[in-house]
Amino acid sequence: MGGFRSLAPWAAIAGFAMLLPFAFNEFWVVIGTRAAIYWVLVAGLNLAVGFAGQLAIGYVALLTLGSYTASILVQRYGLSPYVALVGAATVGAVSGVIVGLPALRLRTFYFAMTTLGFATIVTQVALAWQSVTGGGIGLPGPEMPAPFDSTKGFYAFCMGLAGLCTWMSANIASSRFGRALVALRDAEVAAEATGISKTALLMTVFLFAGATGGVAGGLFATLQSYITPDAFTFDLSVLFFIAILIGGRGSILGPLLGTVILTILPEFAAPLVAWSTFLYAVLLLAIVLAMPGGIAALLDFSNRKPLQSDRAIIPRPELLAELLPNGGGQDDIALRGIVLAFGGVRAIDGLDLTVRPGEVHGLIGPNGSGKTTTLNVICGFNVPEAGEARLGAAPLPAGDSRGRAGMGIARTFQTPRLVGEASVLENVMIGGTISGQGSFVESLLRLPRHGRDEAALTARAMLALRATGLETLAHVRADRLQHSELRFMEIARAAMLAPKFLLLDEPAAGLSPDEIGRLGVLIKAIARQGTGVLLVEHHADLIFDICDQVTVLNLGRELAAGTPAEIRAHKEVVSAYLGG
Amino acid sequence: MLSAILASGLAIGAVYALIGVTYNVMFSASRVMSFTAGQLGMLGGVLGSAFILRMGVPILPGLVLTLATCAAIGVATEIVAVRPVLNSLEQHLYVLSTLAFALMIQQLVAIFWSTEPQPFPRLIGIGSGGPEDEKFWLPLVACAAVVGCLEFLYRRTLVGRAFLAIAEDNFAARALGLPERDLRMASYAIAGAIGGVAGFASGEMLLAFFANGGILNFYGFVPVALGGLGNNRGAIVGGLALGVFQQAANFLVGGVFAGVAVFAVFIVVLLAAPQGLFGAAPARRV
Repeated sequence: MGGFRSLAPWAAIAGFAMLLPFAFNEFWVVIGTRAAIYWVLVAGLNLAVGFAGQLAIGYVALLTLGSYTASILVQRYGLSPYVALVGAATVGAVSGVIVGLPALRLRTFYFAMTTLGFATIVTQVALAWQSVTGGGIGLPGPEMPAPFDSTKGFYAFCMGLAGLCTWMSANIASSRFGRALVALRDAEVAAEATGISKTALLMTVFLFAGATGGVAGGLFATLQSYITPDAFTFDLSVLFFIAILIGGRGSILGPLLGTVILTILPEFAAPLVAWSTFLYAVLLLAIVLAMPGGIAALLDFSNRKPLQSDRAIIPRPELLAELLPNGGGQDDIALRGIVLAFGGVRAIDGLDLTVRPGEVHGLIGPNGSGKTTTLNVICGFNVPEAGEARLGAAPLPAGDSRGRAGMGIARTFQTPRLVGEASVLENVMIGGTISGQGSFVESLLRLPRHGRDEAALTARAMLALRATGLETLAHVRADRLQHSELRFMEIARAAMLAPKFLLLDEPAAGLSPDEIGRLGVLIKAIARQGTGVLLVEHHADLIFDICDQVTVLNLGRELAAGTPAEIRAHKEVVSAYLGG
Repeated sequence: MLSAILASGLAIGAVYALIGVTYNVMFSASRVMSFTAGQLGMLGGVLGSAFILRMGVPILPGLVLTLATCAAIGVATEIVAVRPVLNSLEQHLYVLSTLAFALMIQQLVAIFWSTEPQPFPRLIGIGSGGPEDEKFWLPLVACAAVVGCLEFLYRRTLVGRAFLAIAEDNFAARALGLPERDLRMASYAIAGAIGGVAGFASGEMLLAFFANGGILNFYGFVPVALGGLGNNRGAIVGGLALGVFQQAANFLVGGVFAGVAVFAVFIVVLLAAPQGLFGAAPARRV
């Protein structure tokens, strides 16, 4: 973000919005008002759909609830329209959480279906609860007081709120919360390992999306001036949802343009009105099949420039002193008598293992010997059937993968887990999510602590990138990197936690001999800072080169343990695994 | 009253069950849940009415034409909305592509057919609106027939076993040299025909109405979700139970609250057992 180039489209949109009432007739001012109202809803929904990747399709339900709440508060209780909007926001926020709750357990199609079901139910209730909603006859919407009672006045009011929602959602998007949302979408396991709380974050986002949806509903009721259940067709849900996908996931500008385009598309010709939903559907299909990045990808010029092809990763271990200042402390990670079976296969069968701070501990063994499973037990992704895991005196709670980051345990993955659409810098910043101090609301409103968090995270991530040799790629989309660069990026992300223990799952796989050499130097230097490193690897040379301790696994048990020299001389290991 | 509840409940339940089977047949072949399942049910009613009432085709050829068209639309679903996104199943793009395709079907019906419910022809002429009326037992007959045919196909024929092999382990089936793509298209054709049967048999009850698609999509999915993906027995038991429960609630507490009740049960059961009551939890991969 930042800089003139990225602000230019926003200035153009704001300028156009200001000129519209003077340049066009009243008809287009009403259309503009409608687009602004839809965007108020979509701006919130975008965080849930575009950023968090939750397929919330039935969001017309929030518009309906907001509309009826605002109208009822004004018509039946005589409250002021402003209070009614606050009421609509409250009802919307609560409903947003209710609609969103299933997302914590249900995936994709299931969640999409529950939101659709909710939308159906809300319309049915509006139709049947005649004493309150007026049933099929409906009820009048709230009337705005002066100066917002005219067409242009109300346009200005809606545009103001639309601008506010844009600003707030952009603040979240560029904060650690926005990055965490995208991480949950694209790399959920990695997000868990960095300590991101899916429950808290998703519920907060659904709360916000529900509130903006409720406000949009209140405004919509004023615009319609009279509401009946017929006004809230499923087509509107489709419009909101598709606007985001056409715009592009993980963008604010794209969905904004998407909303505007879809709102005005049917207005150009009357026959298009009947065809509008069909057109939306065709657009959606075309986007999914041909251009998954949407409008945002079309506008992303900076990532089309070819990258330097002969680039090399040159880590700078001397920077680690600054990156990992606190060392690893005194505590060991200790596994005692761990047993874990998948079906009939005993992946780990009574394993004892101690990883000490400041040491590189190698874990080797043939495929299927339980190396990664051991790592997953330490990280809480797999729950052992027997045995215990401790960090010093504190037990490592089984299955609590999210709590490990807070205890100072970081890891990388056999297959790099990354957010392909985000920059390398942002990917690394995800690793430091839990170190932020400011709350969601502070980020929403850009309060001082948000700025301090962002500055600190950015500085630390740049330091981590310099230490791992990736600083020239900081602003490149992560999915453009080579495989070996992704391995170093994962190490940089893990280092953001300043972990006491770093668990590396085959970090040398797919690296060239030169790169393996530099990786070895980097890992050794990390251990010299006091961090304990557990290294799962197949490259025996790297293991014997840099490890202080080596454990050899076979069939889930320890075959041998000791210093590299002892292992190299161990008869069974040589015959079973090393060969020669 | 009890007989009325049971008659209408089992009838509508049979339709939900058949749509559930439609979901399952598509899912087994491709690991994809498609939003077109309910639309196929809607098309069964609309096409039946169009062929027989509008064009004057006799009933049996009308049924054949309806099923053939629905099967063709099933195949079109596979080609347009499923095959292109199969390579990236983990991104769940199929949710969007099949939603788009389903919306296109629904909107075309709304534009070229009608946005109002249209009458459906009387197929046999037994009964006069009471619980013994054909409109209540035809869906059950259709459901039984479909179950019988599927059982025969899967258990007794080589092609059926090939379907099961694909459903069980796609890669292994391909490695054995099974024509995975053709079998998948055939599955989608069968699914289309099953959806068409559901709509045709229930036409007298649900009428030829474009908005039935969305409703059937949801209520047909409920038994699948509760019974576990790909589990036809669960879908049929769940569908019939859902129909009776819904009609009972309809009679006893009124339509709206029946809808709310079904939704609440759906959510609560799913939250308690996300893999369905008869399904197995998937393993996660780290």
